[in-house]
Amino acid sequence: MAEDRQRSDNERTPDFATRLIHFGSEIDRTTGAASFPIYQTSTFHHFDLEHPPVHDYTRSGNPTRQALEDYIATLEGGARGFAFASGMAAISAACFLLSAGDHLICTEDVYGGTYRLLTTILSRMNIETTFVDMTDLEQVKAALRPNTKAVFLETPSNPTLKITDIRAVAGWAKENGLLTMLDNTFMTPYHQRPIELGIDIVLHSATKFLGGHSDVLAGLAVAATDELGVRLKQIQNGLGNVLGVQDSWLLIRGMKTLQARMEAHERSARTLASWLAAHPEIARVYYPGLSDHPGREIQEAQSRGYGAVVSFDVGSGERARRLLGRVKLPLVAVSLGAVESILSYPAMMSHAAMPPEVRAERGITDGLLRYSVGLEAVDDLIADLEQALR
Amino acid sequence: MRIESRLAQIGSVSEPVTGAVSYPIYNATAFRHPRLGQSTGFDYSRTKNPTRAVLEEAIAELEAGDAGFAFSTGMAALQTIFSLFRSGDHLIVSLDLYGGTYRLLERIMGKFGVTASYVDTNDLEALERCRTESTRAVLIETPTNPLMMVTDLAAVSAWARSRGLLTIVDNTLLTPFFQRPLELGADIVVHSATKYLGGHNDVLAGLVVTKGKELSEEMAFLHNSIGSVLGPNDSWLLMRGMKTLALRMERHQENATRIAQYLEGHPLVAEVFYPGLESHPAYSIQRKQASGNTGIFSFKVTDARLVEPILRHIRLIAFAESLGGVESLMTYPAVQTHADIPEAIRRQVGVDDRLLRFSVGIEHADDLIADLEQALVAAEEETKGAGSRG
Ligand SMILES: Cc1ncc(COP(=O)(O)O)c(C=O)c1O
Ligand SMILES: Cc1ncc(COP(=O)(O)O)c(C=O)c1O
Repeated sequence: MAEDRQRSDNERTPDFATRLIHFGSEIDRTTGAASFPIYQTSTFHHFDLEHPPVHDYTRSGNPTRQALEDYIATLEGGARGFAFASGMAAISAACFLLSAGDHLICTEDVYGGTYRLLTTILSRMNIETTFVDMTDLEQVKAALRPNTKAVFLETPSNPTLKITDIRAVAGWAKENGLLTMLDNTFMTPYHQRPIELGIDIVLHSATKFLGGHSDVLAGLAVAATDELGVRLKQIQNGLGNVLGVQDSWLLIRGMKTLQARMEAHERSARTLASWLAAHPEIARVYYPGLSDHPGREIQEAQSRGYGAVVSFDVGSGERARRLLGRVKLPLVAVSLGAVESILSYPAMMSHAAMPPEVRAERGITDGLLRYSVGLEAVDDLIADLEQALR
Repeated sequence: MRIESRLAQIGSVSEPVTGAVSYPIYNATAFRHPRLGQSTGFDYSRTKNPTRAVLEEAIAELEAGDAGFAFSTGMAALQTIFSLFRSGDHLIVSLDLYGGTYRLLERIMGKFGVTASYVDTNDLEALERCRTESTRAVLIETPTNPLMMVTDLAAVSAWARSRGLLTIVDNTLLTPFFQRPLELGADIVVHSATKYLGGHNDVLAGLVVTKGKELSEEMAFLHNSIGSVLGPNDSWLLMRGMKTLALRMERHQENATRIAQYLEGHPLVAEVFYPGLESHPAYSIQRKQASGNTGIFSFKVTDARLVEPILRHIRLIAFAESLGGVESLMTYPAVQTHADIPEAIRRQVGVDDRLLRFSVGIEHADDLIADLEQALVAAEEETKGAGSRG
């Protein structure tokens, strides 16, 4: 604990907690309202032909969505932020920066939806992807082709929480003129700010920790530079996959408590991971905060914590099912990153479409469970798991 | 059941637990699985959300199709439709096209290698001339915006079918209350529901309806994978708007017809484009395929210098982009909606600097006419003055 504190004191931007509350749009300038208004409008009156309003049509820009977009840009330390209808919409938009004939290098255990987007929709548009073990820079380098244009990273990966050295990949990509995009969903800018490590575009399924309450589907993107921001803006307006106004407001509301939640989530996740690691019934625990995790050092060098997702293997499909049938507290569902704990079963949920051999190769066995640790008291979560394992 | 009844009851008999006549807003992103391997039919909101599903079923039924899909905007709906195609495919598209659709095709689909030819879709010979081996679909707007060109849907759909092409119809301007393209042979209908379906200039949304199992399944895949889905709050708001669609469309049509007639006889107006006028060249096709007329029309003033003062002097009518709301809006297409269409194409279709588009609201027609009259008089005074000074 003490060690972590120290680390975070060295690394952190001093006022992240404060910026979460005072992000620029926390007060409505017209009325002084302490919660930014929901501008539920599609269009805006032009008072004057010569001086068009800042926003003229909500697809192109809306004050509430703008407040959110500026908010995430500040938190990630980027130039411009963008809000999308879902994490997949954000990832689609970023991938749509590419053109037919381009090649992309991607983390092999990337979120299943991203894998599907790249291997179906993007490949039909003649954009090819090579999936590599991103934790091995040699493999990444070996995938380079003359038409490679971008690298897509996700770290920690899902569900086995492998850690990629962001600085190393970003540095190599820069030398080779490649665009880098990173899915920062599991970490959030509280734990990890990839732009500071050299990444060009940060992406989020804000449905997860940023929203934090399992009540809003949203995606966010942050461009490191204005130049990239302009390009993403064109894509966002062109595709029209924007986030609705009420959802933008709801997400802002969720994000205000990001630090308070992440601290509590992570504290419990560490406790739970240690408890699981010591439990005789558990074959294996995946959590970057455990001392035997191979990526722990890299994780500590590039982020402020380990996150709140713990995966563990109970040894067999039968035991996994039994546990799922017996737990009382966590929701058995897909998704993660909410105030309530969510337990999911990758083999039958998020990774069901993956062939069993490939799953086994990646450690996604029939005994693997993914626990998104919520804000319940960790003692209750442990007691619940204990009774379910017994 | 008549369409008026179906509209009034959207979602009102769908909620079995409490009997609520307004369908609940399900903000939840994730749904608990009753048991492993079992689902309530809802797993994750991007894939399927109860509130959105009620809307999707309603639009599918209203358009007489097999499956409905709700998107964050009309552009997101169109983009997802375009993702049915692959690099190398070719589309034939209405010449007088919504600017955003043109931009999407040229700037985004173009770089993916999906190309488009723009023709008068009512000219079967022209269609045949630009058809190639790789042509996959025809995209029709009818009537077009802003010039109100009408395409014979039955004729073009039959031609497309005989050539193995899909027919896609943007039905934004007429809505299923006045026109049902699937009944006339089209395969896909798309809406910017931001317009008449929502009807209150307060929600951005897109809808798609497909016919046939295979197409519906493919669209469901793309909808979930690209993730440009409509949020539950906006879905609810859109349904609320749709309940009064019939009343609104009737009033929009009545007002638009009266005002178009008034402008047709005005000395400062050179031309009025509205298929509801007997003078319109496609008056009879429009009568054959649609049960009514839209609430939007365009007109050309006699002198481009009148435009700026008219827009400055209108009081009741707002000068804003968008259309289809209860309030009247006036748009200057050459600089607003159609700024992205190259000058040459704009001239070919007739979107010039004398053209104004009027989305007639449901205010009283007398008040709207009085507002126009005073603006036209004031504009004439000013231009006369400017002329003599110059
Ligand atoms: C890491 C990661 N990226 C992207 C996504 C997709 O986001 P969304 O479901 O909001 O579209 C998810 C979640 O589903 C995710 O876990
Ligand atoms: C005919 C037509 N189609 C599509 C669109 C795009 O819809 P949206 O603005 O909801 O993205 C519009 C309007 O902007 C339109 O008028």
